[in-house]
Amino acid sequence: MAAPVYQAPPMPTDAEIARDVRREKRGRIGGRGALYLAATAFALFAALPFAWMLLTVFKQNSDLYDPNLNPFLYNDPPTLQNIGYLFAQTEYATFIRNTLLVAVLVVVITLLAAVPAAYSLTRLAGRWGESLGIAIFLVYLVPPTLLFIPLSRVVADLGLRNSVWSLVVVYPSFTIPFCTWLLMGFFKSIPWDIEEQAMIDGYSRIGAIWRTVLPISIPGLLTVVVFSFALTMHEFVYALAFVTSSAQKTVSIGVTTELIRGDVYFWQSLMAAAALVAIPIALLYNAFLDRFIAGFTMGAVKG
Amino acid sequence: MAVVEVRGLTKRFDGTGAAAVDGIDIASRDGEFLVLLGPSGCGKTTLLRMIGGLEPPTAGDILIGGRVVTDLPPRARQIAMVFQSYALYPHMSVKDNIAFPLKAANMPKAAQQERIAWAAGILGIDHLLGRKPRQLSGGQRQRVALARALVREPNVFLLDEPLSNLDAQRRASARDELQQFQRRVATTTIYVTHDQVEAMGMGDRIAVMEQGHIRQLGPPQEIYDEPADTFVATFVGSPPMNLVPDPAAGDLLGFRPEHFQPAAADGVNGAARFPFHVHRMEYLGAERLLYGEVGEAKVIARFPVTVPIPVEPGATAEFAVPLRHLKRFDAKTGLRRPARSVS
Amino acid sequence: MTAGTPAVDLVEQRPSRYLLDRAGVLGPLLLLPTVVYIVALVGVPLVLAILYSLSDVTVGDQSLDFVGLRNFGDAIGNATFRQALRNTFVFTLVSQVAVLVLANILALVLSADFKGKRLVRFLVLLPWTTPIALGALGWLWTLDNVYSPIDFVLRRLGLLGIGSPLGQRWEGTNALWLAWPDLAQLTVLTVHVWRTLPLATVILLAGLTAIPQDVKDAANVDGAGFFRQLVWIRIPLLLPIMAVAVLYGIVFTFTDMTVVFIVTRGGPVDSTQVLASWAYFRGIEGGSLGQGAAIALFLFPVLVGVAAMMLRLARRTETV
Repeated sequence: MAAPVYQAPPMPTDAEIARDVRREKRGRIGGRGALYLAATAFALFAALPFAWMLLTVFKQNSDLYDPNLNPFLYNDPPTLQNIGYLFAQTEYATFIRNTLLVAVLVVVITLLAAVPAAYSLTRLAGRWGESLGIAIFLVYLVPPTLLFIPLSRVVADLGLRNSVWSLVVVYPSFTIPFCTWLLMGFFKSIPWDIEEQAMIDGYSRIGAIWRTVLPISIPGLLTVVVFSFALTMHEFVYALAFVTSSAQKTVSIGVTTELIRGDVYFWQSLMAAAALVAIPIALLYNAFLDRFIAGFTMGAVKG
Repeated sequence: MAVVEVRGLTKRFDGTGAAAVDGIDIASRDGEFLVLLGPSGCGKTTLLRMIGGLEPPTAGDILIGGRVVTDLPPRARQIAMVFQSYALYPHMSVKDNIAFPLKAANMPKAAQQERIAWAAGILGIDHLLGRKPRQLSGGQRQRVALARALVREPNVFLLDEPLSNLDAQRRASARDELQQFQRRVATTTIYVTHDQVEAMGMGDRIAVMEQGHIRQLGPPQEIYDEPADTFVATFVGSPPMNLVPDPAAGDLLGFRPEHFQPAAADGVNGAARFPFHVHRMEYLGAERLLYGEVGEAKVIARFPVTVPIPVEPGATAEFAVPLRHLKRFDAKTGLRRPARSVS
Repeated sequence: MTAGTPAVDLVEQRPSRYLLDRAGVLGPLLLLPTVVYIVALVGVPLVLAILYSLSDVTVGDQSLDFVGLRNFGDAIGNATFRQALRNTFVFTLVSQVAVLVLANILALVLSADFKGKRLVRFLVLLPWTTPIALGALGWLWTLDNVYSPIDFVLRRLGLLGIGSPLGQRWEGTNALWLAWPDLAQLTVLTVHVWRTLPLATVILLAGLTAIPQDVKDAANVDGAGFFRQLVWIRIPLLLPIMAVAVLYGIVFTFTDMTVVFIVTRGGPVDSTQVLASWAYFRGIEGGSLGQGAAIALFLFPVLVGVAAMMLRLARRTETV
């Protein structure tokens, strides 16, 4: 009885190998081409409004508001007048000041609440810590658009209607949950040994946290600072619903509601107002991106 | 200097029914090097952490220097602990690591300097004081951790497998250093390990633990020669003690591989004889091991390389154990039976 | 003895002095501020939202008079609400399908090495890093009825203006992106894709880099080519992380009102209205808090669903 015998494929000839190598190379060059094409297309799509924004900022009226001129060129020499106008003739500086005030205070409140909470959940809560942490994280998903109507009443009851302080009080309700979650990830990565050693060495638990856990998690704390800062700059709905007088507005709503009005066009200044905020935040965000993502992926991805 | 004592100490982790530490009573002697030896999960580390105040006990009491410290946090116990990881503070220099317990005690700066120099001198790490922990080798880290433990002259040293992060060669010399260090400072030391070589080599006494209980407490020699039950008999010693059923009494007969020798070599009386069916021989340099069976039971015999082996793998030969090396265990409970004459 | 005898003097022992060292005491205490914050500013408003939706509360008359489900009935009876409901679902579903496809491609692109990758990454992330309101403002100006640079390009390409091959509507000098209902809807959709694509991409990218090198090596040794690896290794391993990315996209698109509010203000003739923006116009600008709350509550079931799926994913990753 003849068992079926496995026949090895014949060895390729030199010519065949050379042909395969050529094919492979051609395929790789084609792949590179597609790669650059796709990268360019995505970058253009993402950057289009920003490019147009930046181009606009330095244009003179006579150049910008003539539809027959090529909008991608400076037909008249570029100018800084529009930025000057923004600060001299509008309340932009006030908006910036308000925004920074809110952001700094929100960051402080967030740190004061989220750091102890995250520590408690990772170290002291035992088996419930993780579940409770996820529950708090889910609070981050409750959107402002669901809460802004009743919150406007709460804000009024607190006597904060139409004041930046309403935002200082309300914003931590979404920065604290996400930042607690972010910090839990950081604290989990610090070995328990370190703080236990500090307690053995003669410190109370709070002393051990202060002297070992916090110094070691400085990168995590920085992440939280940047993230709550950025979230504050991003927020629009609450600010729109709670604040109506222009002296109290933040950049997000100030620029879009105050500067956009009127029949006199000043798109250049408007775009300057947006770009001056957008670019620093984008740079800040990029520096901390990987850490934010670790939080967003809920630890499903270990970096 | 202080004696550590625990009474009826029990720890149940919430949710799980079984106790990690199950009503243990044990007392150290003053200045003693006491080893807690057992397999992983036997409760030895939990016991150590309760003594250190890192884990609240479910029941029972802990006494240090005659005072009950059960409900006190670690800082009120005047103890020092060295973790398996050494737990050096990564953001501090070696010097600041060592100074850390002194700062907690609000010691004046000048006195701190003096003590740091003293502890660093004892452990020979003077030249490392300016470094950060990540710039140190494993052995250096261990010494820094010991210096930090030593510097405030604690009542007790608690050591949790401090050698397990070292490579095998470094471990032997570290054992020696550690024991000399302990003799020199003469502070009561409780040392947790799963490594019987460390336990036998360093301990004044060894407490062998299993499943939350202490199986036997005694000097290394006693643990090895007179095991209290079959667990201790097989956990201590490498290869472990052989256990062979005694058909006559329904007991288990235990004997060490080095006492299991060809019957002819032993001569005549005063020995129990067994037919040993040999499967395989293993050369280990200075000695050789014979693997085989007596009846159904797997048995190992050990020969120094200087002794010729009279049997080939595959063959069966008559082997014998001198009666004084034959230990008898209850087959059901595993407990040692009191010695009695064997006919 | 080396340096003095260590003293046995244990610090005075009163366990009550050390209350804050106990996990059972300190734990809840540290958690308290966060819990208070969440209860007061998320929990209470959530309950209030439900109470409002069942009452006739307005900005002028803050008393809660129970009116049953009338607000919900009124909302559903309104044609604009039905348009907003439909829009909310369509915008979310279509944009997230597009994001899923594009994010996979973009993540593959960004996981490769090429010149200028850092710049491309920075640009691609801009829509997410920029405050939404300002990004939307950028689009508003980019799609301006008269000065849109896109219109200029289309004119140069001959797609816009007299004789346009695209049909009669394109024969004017401008496309009027925000004046035609269908174009306005397309615009809102595009802005949502533009805005949620970066987050989905970086989440997928994190997943891609987390695929263990030995799995990739094994696949290479086994002779699996690019597409075979894509179908049999990358996609299956990335599925949970894709789900996470899409869930965020759903939350952010479904509940968003900023894009609509700034780019179209819900127009033309309410054709781009969504639940969130309609709730704002009715509740805050129209002053009918009860109506607004009822409309916003329609967001809730989907959010609960998303939260449940997040929870399942989180549990799954926990056990792995």
